[in-house]
Parts: sequence; structure tokens; C-alpha cells
Amino acid sequence: MPDTPGKNAIEVRGVRKVFGTGEAQVAALDTVSVSIRENEFFTLLGPSGCGKTTLLRLIAGFDFPSEGEIMLYGQDIAPLPPFKRPVNTVFQSYALFPHMTVAQNIAFGLEMLGKPRAEIDARVAEMLKLVRMEKLAKRRTSQISGGQQQRVALARALAPQPKVLLLDEPLSALDYKLRKEMQIELKRLQHETGITFIFVTHDQEEALTMSDRIAVMSSGKILQVGTARDIYDRPAVRFVADFIGETNFLDARIDSVDGGKAKVTLKSGATIAATVADGFKPDGEATVVIRPEHAKAVKGTGDISGVVENVVYFGTDTHVHVKLDDGESFTVRQQNTRGAMMEFERGERVGIVIGDDAAQILKD
Amino acid sequence: MATAAEIEKQAEAREVRNRWLLSAPALIIILLAASGPLLIVLLYSFLTPGPYGDVEWKFSTEGWVSVFLERDIFDDTLSFASAHLTIFWRSLRLAIMATVATLIFGFPTAYFIATRSERTRDIWLFLITIPFWTNLLIRTFAVLQVIRNEGIINTGLIKLGIIDQPIQMLYTDFAIMVGMVYVYLPLMVLPLYASMEKLDFRLVEAGYDLYASRWQVLKRIIFPLVRPGVVAGSILVFIPAIGAYVTPSVLGGGKNMMFANLIELQFGQGRNWPLGAALSITVMAIVMVALLVYVRNTSSSEVRHG
Repeated sequence: MPDTPGKNAIEVRGVRKVFGTGEAQVAALDTVSVSIRENEFFTLLGPSGCGKTTLLRLIAGFDFPSEGEIMLYGQDIAPLPPFKRPVNTVFQSYALFPHMTVAQNIAFGLEMLGKPRAEIDARVAEMLKLVRMEKLAKRRTSQISGGQQQRVALARALAPQPKVLLLDEPLSALDYKLRKEMQIELKRLQHETGITFIFVTHDQEEALTMSDRIAVMSSGKILQVGTARDIYDRPAVRFVADFIGETNFLDARIDSVDGGKAKVTLKSGATIAATVADGFKPDGEATVVIRPEHAKAVKGTGDISGVVENVVYFGTDTHVHVKLDDGESFTVRQQNTRGAMMEFERGERVGIVIGDDAAQILKD
Repeated sequence: MATAAEIEKQAEAREVRNRWLLSAPALIIILLAASGPLLIVLLYSFLTPGPYGDVEWKFSTEGWVSVFLERDIFDDTLSFASAHLTIFWRSLRLAIMATVATLIFGFPTAYFIATRSERTRDIWLFLITIPFWTNLLIRTFAVLQVIRNEGIINTGLIKLGIIDQPIQMLYTDFAIMVGMVYVYLPLMVLPLYASMEKLDFRLVEAGYDLYASRWQVLKRIIFPLVRPGVVAGSILVFIPAIGAYVTPSVLGGGKNMMFANLIELQFGQGRNWPLGAALSITVMAIVMVALLVYVRNTSSSEVRHG
């Protein structure tokens, strides 16, 4: 249940991570704080180099924070070596041990924990069943396919029943179809095991479809944390709006703010209602974002108007690219329905109607 | 007109011919310089010793008998050649100890180099190979200078007041071992480094992640994965160590002989070439058997851990 606040599995408090010294110093993480709830599928989303993997490595214990605390169920684990943290990782490269069989790989963590042989064997069998790899238990890891290696890596990390499972872009090496399958598989595993998952990806679609909550990261900072819906519908800053999905940006003047709602006047003179991002401080000017599917192109007048630049047919929907009168570009996505299809010609004047609640005011 | 199949066959034949031609120089050298002399040694071991060295062309098994047995010069009775056994045992023991010692010193060294940045690795490797620039004899004398009674270790310890009498290190088995470890260390480090360089250090991280302590990661992940390097390094050190000649003769003095010194003695002062030849073949056979056993035991797949 994403929105009911539960216990926090992981709490990252004011963590900074600096690589290098002196002149060559780079802050990979710049004072990051985030709480990850128990049993949550939490995703760290951002472009490469945004610090998401660094944060994961700090939680795993492969690197140590320059500043700040990392709490696991209330205990600061930041100074502990990785083998003393009840946290396991699924590596991007899987990092399966090539000199061991599938079953030996899965058993490794349990052996290191000093579990009795009978318990290890039972748990390995259970894990093999969980990831549907029973038949390949005796195989070498070099003798199985990429997707199967992925499953073994998952089983190996889940076998010791970690408090938190860390997944570092685990699906990036798989082809499209397999990736889709594994996305469903991962959700199933998370549901069945009830373990908190922290998933790192640069793929926004993956993040939106799988996560309970998402943290969008850029340049070593967390920009916004929220459910897929929050992030998509109520982006707080320009980077988030731009990184996730397609977006139209419009400059506007704020007329009035009332709680989470505001009235803004667009350059065209039209006044529309908009929701306000948390922490927004009104100072007259603002940027408004409107998702292409929340606007509608009409023949005649709308809230704003312009000239059709291009029409792209996608089967399920059509994208209409409009050059607004003030020179900005605006894209509208309309669903195609049989019969009531609205055809637009290049060069035609169109009006754009912005739906209620469609507009969102950014913090920056 | 030749068919496609014929053309292919011809190409294949040419390929095979080329392969033989290209490897011919190496094959000739191996045949002439290694197998040939070895056959001569084998032949000599079945001949009779000449009075001033060399051999007389008369068949005799005396050389082989003397490897294991001693003929009493007075009553001609045979008894067990315990001196040979002592020397052989010392050679084997010292060679194994030197191999283990180079492994103990070489493993962390190779690991250290393999974990440096790409550029600094070359510098470290270069430093490792520096001793190779110097003649073996000179390097051995350098060790002698360090460990002799008036050497820096003893004078240093006396000056510091830790001991009043120099410790006798020179002309002991210990001296031979120190010399061999020093001389053969690069032979261990280089193959170890070669396999450690290929090691995927993410596997080490995965090990730590799965609750393996540093020692367990070393034992269960790093060591099995660099095993080929360990095997290669051990062979490269063990073979020259068991046949070491210069090191024991300089650092072991006359009395702490190793196998090579014994063989040299038969061809020199001993004037018993057949015995020398038989001893040479014996040590070769022993080395081969030892390596077979070693390689078979170490290259077996991941042992079952319970």
C-alpha cells in the first residue's frame, strides 16, 4: 500500500559522497535524505551519472559516505562493512561466481551465515522453485542464458532473506521481451517475499510501471519523491517533468494562489486553473507544465492557439505538433477513435483546450 | 576443372603444410637441443664410467644401481644409498618450501599490483622484473652479503645489542631457501598477476555482499578463480628450485648439497658419468610425477564445501 506510511526500512540522512581529493573532487551525492518504507518497491530513477548507483553502493556498503547517516530499521549501518549488513544486492552484471554451479551460487550467502546444511539445502530448493530454475541447479553459471543468470542472481540475493534487496539496473542487459517478463517477475517476487526492494534504473517506463514510490535524481540530488502518479502528474521541478514522459512547458503569470490550487494567465491571455507543486513560493512568474494527453486540439478557438506544424499518426493515438503564436512549441496527443476522428492539416490554425487540472505549476 | 570440394581440400592441405612449416624451426630446436641431449644422457646412464671421466662403450646397469644403492669398496656388498636420499630429500623439501614461500610472498604482491590503477601497474611490474637484469650469480652473492656472519643483518643486530654472537645463517638450508625465494619470486608474481588482472572484482564485492568475510572471500572466491596462476607460478618456481645449482653451491657451501650439485659432482670430480646421467633422469622423472600429481589435484573443479 504505497500511500499508507509504514515503518521505515531505510533512512538516508544528509548523506554526501565525495570522490577524489583537492581539485579533482567530485560530489557524487550532494546531501541526500530519503526514507524508504518497509515492504516497498522503491525506485531510484535518473540519467547515468546522477548518483543513483552511488547511493545504492552506500546502502550496500561497498562505499562509505563522506558525511551523513544510513539507518536500517533505526540502526546506523554506514560504518559497517558489506558482510555485516542484512542487505543483499543484485548486480547489473549479475556477478555470479563462475566456478560454482547455480545451486552453489544460491547457497553461498547461507553458507557464509553459517546455516546448517539441511537448512541451506531446503532454502536453495525453495529459491530455485521461486525463480523457476529447479532443472538447472547443477549447471555452471556460464552454461545458462542471460535471463536465467538474472534469475539466479535474484535467487542468490534473496536466499539469505535480507531486510532490503538492492537491485542495480538488473534488467538493462536483457532484450526487450525478456525485460518485460522480468519486470512482472520482479513485482511477483517482491510481493511473495515481502522484502523491501530498492531498484535503480534510468528507464522511466520501468520505474513508472514497477514502483510503489520513485525518487527522481539528478546531479547527485534527489529532486522529487512520490508515487508514479505524483511524479508524472505533479512534477515539482522542470527536470522531473522533462525526464519523465513528454511535456509542454508554458510561461505564465500567477493571478492567485489558494492552497494547492492557483489561477494563472498564459501569454495568450487565457486564464486557466493549475495545481501547485509542494514548496512553491509565488513570485508572480511561473512555468506551467501540461502533458500532451491532457490537452485537446480543436478547430476554432481554445485557451491557446497556433499553427499545426506536423501530425504524426501512432495507431492508438495521434500527435499534433503545434507552433504557438508566441513561438513556443506545443504537442497534443489525441486518442484515435473510429468515426469521430479529427483530421488536421499541416499549416492549419488550431485552438488548444487545456483540461481542468491538467496544468501543474513548477517550483522552479 | 576442380570442384569446390577439391579446392577446399587443397586449401586445407596447404593450411596443414603451412602450419608444419611455420612450427618447423621450433620443432627442430626442441628435437636437437632438448630431446637429443636427453637421449644421450639416457644412453650414458647405461654405460660404464671411464677412468678419467667420459664413458666406455660397454653396457652396464651400475649407474642406475648406484642411484639407490651403495657398493662397499671392501666387500662389494650393497647397502642403501642414504647420502643420495638425504640430498634428494633436502632438494625436494627446499623446493617445496621455496614454492610455498614465494606463493605466500607473491600472492599479496600480485594482488596489490592487480588492484592498482592501469598506469601504476606497469611501474610495479617493471620493478618486479628488475632483478632479472642481473646475473643469477651476482644476485646470489648479494644474498650472501646480507646473511653472512659479517653481513648487514648480523652486524646490525649486534650493534643494536640484540645478540652478541652472529647468527649462523650462511651455509645452512635456510640460506639456500632465502636465496631461492629471492631469485624465483618474480616467476611466481608474474603468472599470479596475469590471472589476478583478469579477475572480476565485482565478484569480490558480491562475496562481501553475501556475508563472506575478507578471509572467506579470499578462500572461496579469489583463490579458486586465480588457481591457474597459482598452478603456473608454482610450476615455474618448483622446477628450477628442485634443480637449483648456483644458489646451493654459493649459499649452502660444500656440505648442504642439492640434487644438481650431486649430479655436477658425478660429472666432475666423481668421474662417474653414468651415475650422473642416471641421477639426472631420476630427478626428471620425480619432477614429472610431482607435477602430474599437483596439477591433477589443483585443477579439479570446485570442491564440495560442507
